Amino acid sequence: MQNGFQQKTSVSLGNLYAYAQEISDDHMRDKIVQNLYKKSQQLCESSVIHKNKKNDKRTEKLDAIFTSPIFGFPIMIIMLGIVFYLTIAGANIPSSMLATFFGWLENHLTAFFMYMNSPDWLHGILVLGLYRGTTWVISVMLPPMAIFFPTFALLENYGYLPRVAFNMDRIFKSVGAHGKQSLTMAMGFGCNAAAMLSSRIIESPRERMLAILTNNFVPCNGRWGTLIVLASLFMAAGYTGGLKSLVTTSVIVGIVMVGVIVTFIVSWVLSKTALKGVPTHYTLELPPYRRPKFFDTVIRSSLTKSLSVLSRAIKVAAPAAILTWVIANIYVGDTSILMYIVNFLDPFGKMLGLDGFILMAFLIGLPANEIVLPILLMGYLSTGSLTEVDNLVDLKQIFVEHGWTWLTALNMMLFSLLHFPCGTTLVNIYKETKSKKWTFLAFLIPTVIAITVTFTIAQTVYFLR
Amino acid sequence: MKNSYTVALAGNPNTGKSTLFNALTGLKQHTGNWAGKTVSLAEGKVEHKGKTVRIIDLPGTYSLFSNSTDEEVARNYIVFEKPDVTLVVLDATSLERNFNLALQVLEMTTNVIICINLIDEADKQGISINEKALTRKLGVPVIKISARNKTGFTLLLDTIDRIHTGKIVCTPEIIFYDEEIERKIRQIEPLVREYLEDSISSRWVALRLLDGDDSLFQQMEKRLLVKGG
Repeated sequence: MQNGFQQKTSVSLGNLYAYAQEISDDHMRDKIVQNLYKKSQQLCESSVIHKNKKNDKRTEKLDAIFTSPIFGFPIMIIMLGIVFYLTIAGANIPSSMLATFFGWLENHLTAFFMYMNSPDWLHGILVLGLYRGTTWVISVMLPPMAIFFPTFALLENYGYLPRVAFNMDRIFKSVGAHGKQSLTMAMGFGCNAAAMLSSRIIESPRERMLAILTNNFVPCNGRWGTLIVLASLFMAAGYTGGLKSLVTTSVIVGIVMVGVIVTFIVSWVLSKTALKGVPTHYTLELPPYRRPKFFDTVIRSSLTKSLSVLSRAIKVAAPAAILTWVIANIYVGDTSILMYIVNFLDPFGKMLGLDGFILMAFLIGLPANEIVLPILLMGYLSTGSLTEVDNLVDLKQIFVEHGWTWLTALNMMLFSLLHFPCGTTLVNIYKETKSKKWTFLAFLIPTVIAITVTFTIAQTVYFLR
Repeated sequence: MKNSYTVALAGNPNTGKSTLFNALTGLKQHTGNWAGKTVSLAEGKVEHKGKTVRIIDLPGTYSLFSNSTDEEVARNYIVFEKPDVTLVVLDATSLERNFNLALQVLEMTTNVIICINLIDEADKQGISINEKALTRKLGVPVIKISARNKTGFTLLLDTIDRIHTGKIVCTPEIIFYDEEIERKIRQIEPLVREYLEDSISSRWVALRLLDGDDSLFQQMEKRLLVKGG
């Protein structure tokens, strides 16, 4: 026999394996790898000389802080807070400027339609439906995105994001998932649909599925607007100026934390049940810290991202806005189609601390999360008192008139954070997994969680009242 | 003596392994590192000292712990196909990280050459590497090359030939682990040796058993069945 290996009958492979597992422990791989790295380090110390050590030292020193077991996490949360604060505080003024501008333009458009003697329904579809819905998305979404994406891109180019992945690796591993899931999670802050594609960086099919199924729990760019508006209207209501932005920021950071914790819990449960297995090891390259090309990064990321937000707004928000207007204005008997849907959903919505309008908005908003809030407003406005929404105070008035409390706002934020992924994301999940079953689960799991969480909170609050 | 023999190329991704492969064999072939790509191995030939050297380009991996299909393919080839010489290609500018894979290969097989590539880049960055000291410490030849500039190729091919003809005898340094792991290896290794005799490094198999690498054992059982034990 050549080339192969011989076998003696006295011991069997299975017995050997079982015996080895008995004397081994869970951390054997870690220990082996640690030993190998120690050996590698010793080899290099004695045989490799670095003449210019300056750069290496700086990276090492920074890594000691950014990836430290003690400071790593607080620094991460603070960084996240700073990014959100800049986004929220910075977006306020341009957002209201855009809203004012679009409101001014709307008056002129209406005047123009009146001048042309155009029928009411045409003005309704085009101005009150299409125009309002689309400009809403733009004025709410564009300014935060124009700040959020460049800031995030700066952190990424500086080399901080790989350190985040490094820090998160420990937790992801302990819940049975892959450390690279933190990278796909970071992508999810931008767009969950894009993050589905980025999950390809995870080699093991099991861990990739975990990353795909849980990615939805980080709020994407389409949901930021909803979260920021509701947080500043209802959660930070008693504050003004800088403090208001600070409170809003803390609420948003808290919501994101909830999303991350749910990600861990769901990953853990799945890795113990449907997706059993142990996490695999991988090597994460930590590139040296580099000062990013500031203007290059800022301009490129804000331009490309802003353009994609705009084009999405027009592609998805416009048809949905028209649809909403149409169903709100076609009457069967003395009730509009919209109100039939709303009334049908209302009892269930109330159980979750929401209402029929909100659930309807989430359903019509399936193609894109950006349009949920505009649809909701159009729904509310179509039921009589047609107020001009020129600023956020008016906006709050509309919500309050429809019976909103802080509970409604909180549960809508949580529902937005936890509910089913948008249509594009679901399509991508199907493309990536090639499985109807997993795509359906990707829809079902978040939905069940969103309903359970909001139901529990609402019922608890009702009970305590 | 056979007129042809095989050399396997192992290495981390982005170490210039494929550049070396193309430069040696003249075969133009692109190998990406994306998960899910075909795992068939690229093979090329080079004539040296009247013999045909078959060169197999293994997938670029960071380790050989069978985390991914790539890692399994590379590991299975080294352990079960037993190339005459295994060449581990390292990136001179990040040796410390790259040595991890080299050490794993040294545990698996005997005839190994450590090939430190991108030496031109390392020179530029002010990194100097004492390959003689490394050769002494590791017990196998350590050679500096630049695949891009095709420097060090003659020495590399000569060394491959000398290992094949037995003029150079490799004695890979045994990597000792913490006492706890060593104690467990001592418990398992004799049993492994009894079972496998000397066809595969019993120390390495013992470590994998402790590690709980079941894909390796499925592979071993499959091959036992095929070869009829």
